[in-house]
Amino acid sequence: MMPPENQPPLLRISALTKRFGGFVALDNVSVEIRPGERFGLIGPNGSGKTTLINCISGAFRTEAGTVVFRDEDITQLPPHLRTRRGIARSFQIPRPFKSMTVAENLMVALDFAVVTDQHASAAQRRDTMMSILTRMGLASKANVPATRLSQVELRKMELARAMATHPKLLISDEAMAGLSSSEVDEVLDLLMSLADQDITIIMIEHIMQAVMRFSQRVMCLETGRIIAIGSPAEVMANQRVQEAYLGT
Amino acid sequence: MFSFDLLLDAVAIGVLLGCFYAAVSLGLSLSFGLLDVPHVAHPAFLVMASYGVYFLNENYGIDPLLAGLLITPLLFVFGLVAYRIYYETFEKRGSDAGVRGIAFFFGVAFIIEVLLILQFGVDQRSVTASYIGKAWRIGDMRIPFRLLVAFAVAAALTILLTLYLSRTFMGRAIRAVAQDQEALRLMGANPIRIKQWAFGIATAVLGIAGALLIIVAPVEPTLDRSYIGRTFCVVVMAGLGSMAGTLVAAIILGVAETIVLTLFGASWAPAVSFGMLLAVLAVRPQGLFGRRS
Amino acid sequence: MNRNGILFWIGATLFLAAALLMTQVIGNQYPFFAGYVILQFVVLAVAWSILGGYAGYVNFGTSAFFGVGVYTAVFLAKAFGAPLAVQIATAAAIGALMGFVLGLLTLRMQGIFFSIATIAATIVIETTVTNWRYVGGAAGIQLQRPMVTAPFDNYVQMLFFVQALLVVLAVAISRYIQNSWIGHGLKALRDDELAAECTGVPTLRLKLVACVISGALMCAAGAPAAMYLQYADPSSAFNLNYSVSVLAMSLIGGTAHWAGPIIGAILLGATQQLLTVTISSEVNVLVLGVMLVLFVVAAPQGIIGLIRKVRRHRSEGEA
Repeated sequence: MMPPENQPPLLRISALTKRFGGFVALDNVSVEIRPGERFGLIGPNGSGKTTLINCISGAFRTEAGTVVFRDEDITQLPPHLRTRRGIARSFQIPRPFKSMTVAENLMVALDFAVVTDQHASAAQRRDTMMSILTRMGLASKANVPATRLSQVELRKMELARAMATHPKLLISDEAMAGLSSSEVDEVLDLLMSLADQDITIIMIEHIMQAVMRFSQRVMCLETGRIIAIGSPAEVMANQRVQEAYLGT
Repeated sequence: MFSFDLLLDAVAIGVLLGCFYAAVSLGLSLSFGLLDVPHVAHPAFLVMASYGVYFLNENYGIDPLLAGLLITPLLFVFGLVAYRIYYETFEKRGSDAGVRGIAFFFGVAFIIEVLLILQFGVDQRSVTASYIGKAWRIGDMRIPFRLLVAFAVAAALTILLTLYLSRTFMGRAIRAVAQDQEALRLMGANPIRIKQWAFGIATAVLGIAGALLIIVAPVEPTLDRSYIGRTFCVVVMAGLGSMAGTLVAAIILGVAETIVLTLFGASWAPAVSFGMLLAVLAVRPQGLFGRRS
Repeated sequence: MNRNGILFWIGATLFLAAALLMTQVIGNQYPFFAGYVILQFVVLAVAWSILGGYAGYVNFGTSAFFGVGVYTAVFLAKAFGAPLAVQIATAAAIGALMGFVLGLLTLRMQGIFFSIATIAATIVIETTVTNWRYVGGAAGIQLQRPMVTAPFDNYVQMLFFVQALLVVLAVAISRYIQNSWIGHGLKALRDDELAAECTGVPTLRLKLVACVISGALMCAAGAPAAMYLQYADPSSAFNLNYSVSVLAMSLIGGTAHWAGPIIGAILLGATQQLLTVTISSEVNVLVLGVMLVLFVVAAPQGIIGLIRKVRRHRSEGEA
């Protein structure tokens, strides 16, 4: 079921431009993400997908354009304040806190990102942490050092840590790269179940089947520009997408 | 007090001095610039090489430059071993090499300093050769021969290394390993071997550089401390790993130092290299001619 | 306050009482001369670890903070005849300011670039002081100790006790940071700064806090040194040995726990005192180099790491 179109957008990106030296990584990109939407982001390597995410999460400053989240202009906010307002992300190459256990990784999020239940007791926060880990299927790994996790467990832990920040918008950057097909299904189901809990999700993915199955809308970037946006079927049928992305 | 002639003098001497700085920094440009090894013991290795040259010159009367060439193979092997130890203890284990790597090389530098003090004493040492102490006069300008020797050798060294890195198979492999280790591994090359070789070269170059150091001025065991700033300044300013950039950056430093020396006196000179380094790091961390975006 | 906290403060009180008692009963001056230096290194190592250990930013500018502390005291003593407490407080304030600037540097530099920048800043500051005639320039300056106040009957004994107070202050702060949200946040940003930021950790603010506290404590530790030596000169006050010693002490002790730098500073500091007296100051530097290399190679987590390993082995053996 598509979210209603008349609702105000959760995230509005207007005329965003990002340059690295002379190289234009994002060129005047505008898009709106609706609340509760499952949004797929595709494009060939170097097309600007991760750059766009970095601009949304605040890792990069932008040259021009604005990012508006829940009717607030967050263009100038540092990443941690965006996280506190409800934008969470995972990383293309997992970035766990290496000296910590899985549980401690999540506690960082609960200690720093969650503003609303600041006064929750330590026990309450531990319960929250365990319930997130259980939902992610990582409960048995709570006290394992992050460095001892397998690839798929690392991916899940990244998502769990992102979830622990209580996000409204979750950005998943190639959370399935390098996983086996059964593991891909596992992570995809996880993301689906999160979407059912009113969390808007932007998913970057190279595995086409996964994006198409997951997304309600798909956007394709090429050399920093939007070349197609619409339903998965529409985007797949688009000739420029086929040329640019599928290389045919 | 200050005249155009004086400035011209300073610039000329500064350019020559800069070439000398390039010669002592080239090795670091390889080891730190290309290989990312936090080699703060580089200047200590350099001073150690100078003492090797001093030893041969003092005891056997060998010309310092020739002596520098003679110890080059030894230094090469020393470099191979040093990198192996560094690799086995830090890079192989992965995380956190940076912090402990710097500490490691500082420890090594201190050990070298003390061993030199125990062996040669704390006094300054110098070498003798026919070209030391003489000068070339152009009008009022007096250019010491030893700086001219340093200039010629440094220029030759820079050209040789640039050619080595761009024309030979091993040289290209070294540059490749700096950019993408994985790709190299896929091609069937062993990146660790290549890095070890590169570190060997970086240390071997110190034979000639050490000879220049002791030709230009007397050395003492703790001289390495003032060269930490100079060499790192040159390499960072050059943009990591660029040989031609190293020469240009070193000349900028040489000229800046001589001008400050002329205008404000010797007591301000140490601040020049470190001040410039700080400014470059703060404003343009990728260096003036950087390889990284 | 929990049980550990109570134990800690009992220990701290006992330590101060013992230090005070020493000044009253021991007549020989040597223990105070040697003890002062060791205590000074404890403060420096503990302060260094707040930034270098918890946050993972390796500051090679310890000697800059120490030297500025020394020269703050020199200037205040010469210009206004200011008392020791004012010297230390002013040094702490200036150190905090320097720390703030250092914290801003972390915005643009990480890893070895940060470390190199701190070395560079040290030399620039040293050169500036060398050219500052009022405080003696390169030749240094002689200082006259003021009259000592009761209950101490010797100035060095008083300095010893003051440094002991600074130790308690530094350790209490370091311990508080380790156990509080500040410490947790620093640990996260040490592991991965971007991931920490994206998990809600205000990394810049935490780094600034760590830098300011670390800088203030290091400068404060340096301030009494002027009166201790009754002399100051730039090349000793800003000597690179301070930076490397303090780094070595922290790494040898281990930075994962607040007690690590204390263990390292006492161990290395005492060894150095012993060697300087019995053999020579060169051997002293040699030992420093060898210990540093040995520990980073063989025991990367320091003595604290070794202790934890032994404990883990024992508990696994019992289980």
